[in-house]
Amino acid sequence: MLATLLEALSLLTHLDAQVVGIVSLSLQVSVGAVIIGTVIGLPLGAWVAVSEFRGRAAVTVALNGMMGLPSVVVGILVYLTLSRSGPLGSLGLLFSPTAMVIAQSILVTPLLAALSRQIVEDAWRDYASELRSFGFSRWQCVTTLLYDCRFSLVVTVLAGLGRAMSEVGAVMIVGGNIAGFTRVMTTAIALETSKGDLALSIALGLVLIAAILALNVMAHGLRQWAMRKYG
Amino acid sequence: MFPLRLTDVRFQPNGRALLAGVNLELGGEGISVILGPNGAGKTVLLSVLAGLRERHGGELSWGGRPQPSERIAFVFQHPMLLRTSVAANTALGLKPLGLSALEVERRVARVLERVGLAHRAGDAARHLSGGERQRLALARAWAVQPRLLLLDEPTASLDPSATEAVEAIVREIRTEGAKILMTSHNLGQAMRLADDVIFMTGGRVREHTATAKFFSRPQSDEAKLFIQGELPWRIAFND
Repeated sequence: MLATLLEALSLLTHLDAQVVGIVSLSLQVSVGAVIIGTVIGLPLGAWVAVSEFRGRAAVTVALNGMMGLPSVVVGILVYLTLSRSGPLGSLGLLFSPTAMVIAQSILVTPLLAALSRQIVEDAWRDYASELRSFGFSRWQCVTTLLYDCRFSLVVTVLAGLGRAMSEVGAVMIVGGNIAGFTRVMTTAIALETSKGDLALSIALGLVLIAAILALNVMAHGLRQWAMRKYG
Repeated sequence: MFPLRLTDVRFQPNGRALLAGVNLELGGEGISVILGPNGAGKTVLLSVLAGLRERHGGELSWGGRPQPSERIAFVFQHPMLLRTSVAANTALGLKPLGLSALEVERRVARVLERVGLAHRAGDAARHLSGGERQRLALARAWAVQPRLLLLDEPTASLDPSATEAVEAIVREIRTEGAKILMTSHNLGQAMRLADDVIFMTGGRVREHTATAKFFSRPQSDEAKLFIQGELPWRIAFND
């Protein structure tokens, strides 16, 4: 056990090429998915927060419900869509990092939309009268509230990044876990553990835990700084 | 836009009459102060005029038109401040006007100078004191150059010196040609600021008269009691 742990630490300290490649691809895929999720999810959540329309409650419940979307189900749906006989099969994206980004975006977007809706709706309750008295359009309300809630929303985005980085089912199905091409930390850990190569699994697990801890430390620090600076 | 005429204006959410048929006519100059006990309908009336609440009945005529033709600004009792600088908060009301960045900067600098907050333009707005926050809210409203400025108890919970500073700004805004309509519980403030007093109870205007006349010869028993400080107690006990 100790020997395995030492071997894992050796892989990390010597910046093993395989480990670096896997970590690098993981970050690229997860960050890409979170960027897409942020661009779509935050304005969508804020829009729902400030809008009154028939079926708003249903949309809210749907967004909240989709936060817990099973990743394997998303993986299968994206697989069917991108497979050769699927509607987007001609794009040839299956078993590529792009397919992994698409799958993770689908997982992360509802999470970001649901959390940002809640945050913006709380602010909207306090600001609605005043913003409307300025004659703001709905879109101006959305952008103003997103700006004002930016520090809380950054925490939301980091939560989304945490979900994307720790997700395994969808990327395994649509990426195929191809060495050097679509192998990311979670899929590599699953594979190497089943093969008995615990050193690599532990090394990647340590990186994953460190990355998620770092995100939480950043989120906490940012909020503290913002509270001190802006009140 | 003026005279502003309200004829039998009603606002009764869930059947509860917060405005129970308001009749009022306002000219386009001076400071009108709405006095009355809690629950009289003062703030609701301002909200209806600002278009923040849809009236349930009655007529509003803005100089013969159904909609105001010039800008209205509203300063709330507890103004909302974004997590950003004093200058950015002041510029907020200018966003829908589509002004150039240069013009926005010019207007913000001018009004912050006038309300005595130019030296704090770069500071976080939420770090301001209560009096400074209210001056910022007035600057924000002033920057849009409103024809009608609605103030909802702008000096409630402020100390005397902060109140004095706010009153001085209100007078200055009036001299630039804005009509001011404000609510207050402060009889002294009404005496100092108002050209005319609108006295409300139970969602109705009971009296609208020149300030000196209101305080020296109030027409209704309710106004007399209010000036004596007894009306809120009577209402509480009758409830």
